[in-house]
Amino acid sequence: MERCRLVFSGSGGQGVITAAIILAEAAVLHEGLNAVQSQSYGAEARGGATRSDVIIADTPIYYPKVLQPNVLVCLTQEAYNKFSSIIRPGGLLITDSRYVKIQRKVDALQRELPLYRSVMEAIGRPIVFNICMLGALVALTDLVRPESILKVLESRVPPDFLEMNRRALEIGMELGKNARV
Amino acid sequence: MGKTVKFVQGNEACVEGALYAGLNFYAGYPITPSTEIAELLSLKLPPRGGKFIQMEDEIASLCAIIGASLTGCKVMTATSGPGFSLMQEALGYAVMAEIPCVIVDVQRGGPSTGIPTHVSQGDLNQARWGTHGDHAIITLTASNHQDVFAMTVEAFNLSETYRTPVILLFDEVVAHMREKLILPEPGELHTVERLKTSVKEGVDYHPYLPREDGRLPMSDFGGVHRYNVTGLVHDMWGFPSTEPRVVHGLLRHLVDKIENRAHELARFKEFHLEDADIVLISYGSSARSALHIVEERRRRGERLGLLELQTLWPFPGDVVRTRCARARAVVVVEMNMGQMVPWVKLAVERPDRVFLANRIDGVFITPADIHNILRIIQGRGV
Repeated sequence: MERCRLVFSGSGGQGVITAAIILAEAAVLHEGLNAVQSQSYGAEARGGATRSDVIIADTPIYYPKVLQPNVLVCLTQEAYNKFSSIIRPGGLLITDSRYVKIQRKVDALQRELPLYRSVMEAIGRPIVFNICMLGALVALTDLVRPESILKVLESRVPPDFLEMNRRALEIGMELGKNARV
Repeated sequence: MGKTVKFVQGNEACVEGALYAGLNFYAGYPITPSTEIAELLSLKLPPRGGKFIQMEDEIASLCAIIGASLTGCKVMTATSGPGFSLMQEALGYAVMAEIPCVIVDVQRGGPSTGIPTHVSQGDLNQARWGTHGDHAIITLTASNHQDVFAMTVEAFNLSETYRTPVILLFDEVVAHMREKLILPEPGELHTVERLKTSVKEGVDYHPYLPREDGRLPMSDFGGVHRYNVTGLVHDMWGFPSTEPRVVHGLLRHLVDKIENRAHELARFKEFHLEDADIVLISYGSSARSALHIVEERRRRGERLGLLELQTLWPFPGDVVRTRCARARAVVVVEMNMGQMVPWVKLAVERPDRVFLANRIDGVFITPADIHNILRIIQGRGV
């Protein structure tokens, strides 16, 4: 496989880092791939621009950070303003249409998806916004199988919340599929 | 049955390694970027019958594990630069009283409280000379989670074998990033148990009387033997002495038991050194960026190699000298202002060919940072 470098960005509390961990863990534990996940820490627990880097490959990964992502996810305007310029030419930019207004053209496939709105309409709980995003990402990139994401969710999410997460993943995948070229 | 594969932070790999080695007593004061070690052990130790204590500060933390070690426990504490500074006095005590213990320093930017959430490797010389007086110390490090696990087990083994504190000098990047860890099966890695005295109850036990092989068997403090432990210079009974012969003998013993074994204590990895005309020397997370550029340049046919040091102290000078003998240039890659460079210059035959590729701004050193230094050395400009 082609080495894939991803940057997940948003605001603290949106679950951006959790989503990055789930994707990387799915790749390592259920796809037999190598993955490294790291994050930049600020002092704050909520708010501020959060960023998490993931590299997925079938070869060893040494340098663990991402300088130019193939896939960039921005869930807030602040994150978009800060990170949109680093995307690798020809990469994929995923933004949430409620939170981010695209302001400039980058040399990448841009997908503005109504992730937040769809989650709120169908589930009504913003805590699975990140899983919906992950669904869209998986459908757009085929990086890992959705079953692998589900297996990780089953091991990490309390049973009472599992169905909600599963639905969010499906909603995201539907949005992703429809946005494929 | 396949092996257990985990996707974890470096701090968790250290915790798993410590438990594998037999850790059963942890005392600590949480501090970024080492906090996950305390957090995880507070969950994992009590159900296994081990003890976890959150102490009032780092001074008390190290003192607590020193006491617990004397009673027969395998002990560890974890901290970062500011806490490591506070531990220096008790570290010297553990050196002097020859008490096995493992101290993890997950480095962050310093001095003082510095930059808590960002990476640095600025404690290299503090690990060597942070405590006062002539002494020797063992310090290990690692660049990936499999090695963090292995080096943590090694730290316990060496501390038991040589009755000495061992420092695990990790850094924020390795500690916080997540990657694959394959848990070794029980028995797969060698673990060293406490060497206990064969002296029976009712017979005098000399805590500092070496066996023929030089090792000092221990007796669980509070058990069947009464003996003295002190930070003062002491004789074989453990009582203070100012007898020049005793003072000289003790200091020589404390230094020689480690420095004379620098060669056998050296843990390191070699990548493409066979025909390398430029050798990078690195350790901890920096070695990941170094290896990245070595592999990239090799694909283009350039003769670049990496010597990754896992034993930092005692400095493996022989290893450095032999591996760099044919090199046109040696580049030390580290995230400080060149703390390892003088040691490398002392070891190699041509110190004028030793260069530094570093970064001190809290940002993890990139392959491009190393690339720029290589261009200058190769006379190609940046």
